Order: sequence, then structure tokens, then C-alpha cells
Amino acid sequence: MDVEVRVSEADFDVGAECVSLSSKTRQCGAVVQFVGLMRDSNQGDDVLTMELEHYPGMTERRIFEIIDRADHRWPLFAVTVIHRVGILYPQDQIVFVGVSAAHRHDAFQACEFIMDYLKTEAPFWKKECKADGEQRWVDARQTDQNALTRWQS
Amino acid sequence: MISVRFFAKYREQLGISTFTVAVNEIDPGKSTVATLKAVLAAKGDVWREILYAENTLCAVNQDLAGDNDVVASGDEVAFYPPVTGG
Repeated sequence: MDVEVRVSEADFDVGAECVSLSSKTRQCGAVVQFVGLMRDSNQGDDVLTMELEHYPGMTERRIFEIIDRADHRWPLFAVTVIHRVGILYPQDQIVFVGVSAAHRHDAFQACEFIMDYLKTEAPFWKKECKADGEQRWVDARQTDQNALTRWQS
Repeated sequence: MISVRFFAKYREQLGISTFTVAVNEIDPGKSTVATLKAVLAAKGDVWREILYAENTLCAVNQDLAGDNDVVASGDEVAFYPPVTGG
């Protein structure tokens, strides 16, 4: 399996990533891509900017390990995970998970699996700057933890 | 020396991102995450609240760790709040 993990301030081109994922093998019959975007509000407040912090080194290790687990569950050809850090603005792309496989079911499932574990295990933290100038760290959500149960049965 | 790192909210609350602890500050032969936490917690209330918060996560050499995991000179130990990426 081809694996690519990038954690950086740089934006990404979804079209180019799709070509990269689909061109690994002529056996590829499905590419599923998820793109997470920054919203302009959270918990009823307008949000102007968001700052993403991470634990360099550990972040990449955790993501590689999550991808490895996905690779053991589904037959995959390629996985690309990109996560941005630094200052982001509403509608900016934050995260990309792309999976290629022979069949769509495997690609859909693996993409969701990787995203669910990335949200709960990869050491990233978001700090929001609200329209009134207040800065606050985003709290982890129980719903993200609950999402893991479907993979644990 | 053990390198201790704090991230996100904890880094801001302590005003410290990296802190170094001499191994001889920890009970030799019984150096675990728990003993390291006890040494650090003695530094003040904010330290104690962070280290003993129920949802604080710990990593030793960038792998998730618990109170009973061993720490030794040269290790990197991180404490951080629940993650919020994606």
C-alpha cells in the first residue's frame, strides 16, 4: 500500500490528490476523499480565525499507525492524510483523508475509520479566536469518542 | 535528564512548553510516569491540577503511556489535554 502523510501549514489541491491516489494501480476502482473545512461559527459564536497546534513527530506516528490499522481491515491501494497547522480562516481546508481501493465499500469505510481515529488520537489542538476578540481552546467532543464504537465491535 | 513537554492549553497555563527534570529528582529504580508527576506536581497548584486532571493524556517517547510506565534518562514525556484535530 502507498501511504502519504503530510502535516504542514501548506494548503492542498484535492484534484491533484485524487489523481495521485487513483494512478497507483490500474486495479483501482474507487477513490473516496474527505475534506474538513473550517466553519465560521462554533457553539453559537462567530469565529474569525483558528490556530492549530500539534505535537511534531508524534502526530505523524499516530497517523501512520491509524492508517496501518485500516490497512489490516480493508484491502487498500493507497492512503493520503494531510493535516494543516497554524492560522486558518473560515472555509479554509483543514484536513484531507483520501483512500483508494478496488471497491467503493472498502474505500468509504476506511476513509471514515481513519477520520474517526484521527479526531480522537492524533495530537492536534484547535484554538479559536472569536469575533469579540476572546480566544478559547476547543473542547474535545464526546460524540467523536462515541463514533469509535462502531469500529470496536 | 528527562524532557517534559506540555501542549495547547497546558502549555499556556504553565507558560512552559519544555521542562527538564534531572533523573536523580525521581526515585531511582522506581521511575515511572506516576513518580515524575509527583515531582512536577510539587511545583504548584496549576501543575497539580493539570497533571492529575482526569482527562490529561501522557505520552512517553511519543507513545501513549499510563502512570505505571517506566521513564528513564533521555526520555521525552508529554502531557496534553484531549485532542481536537480534524
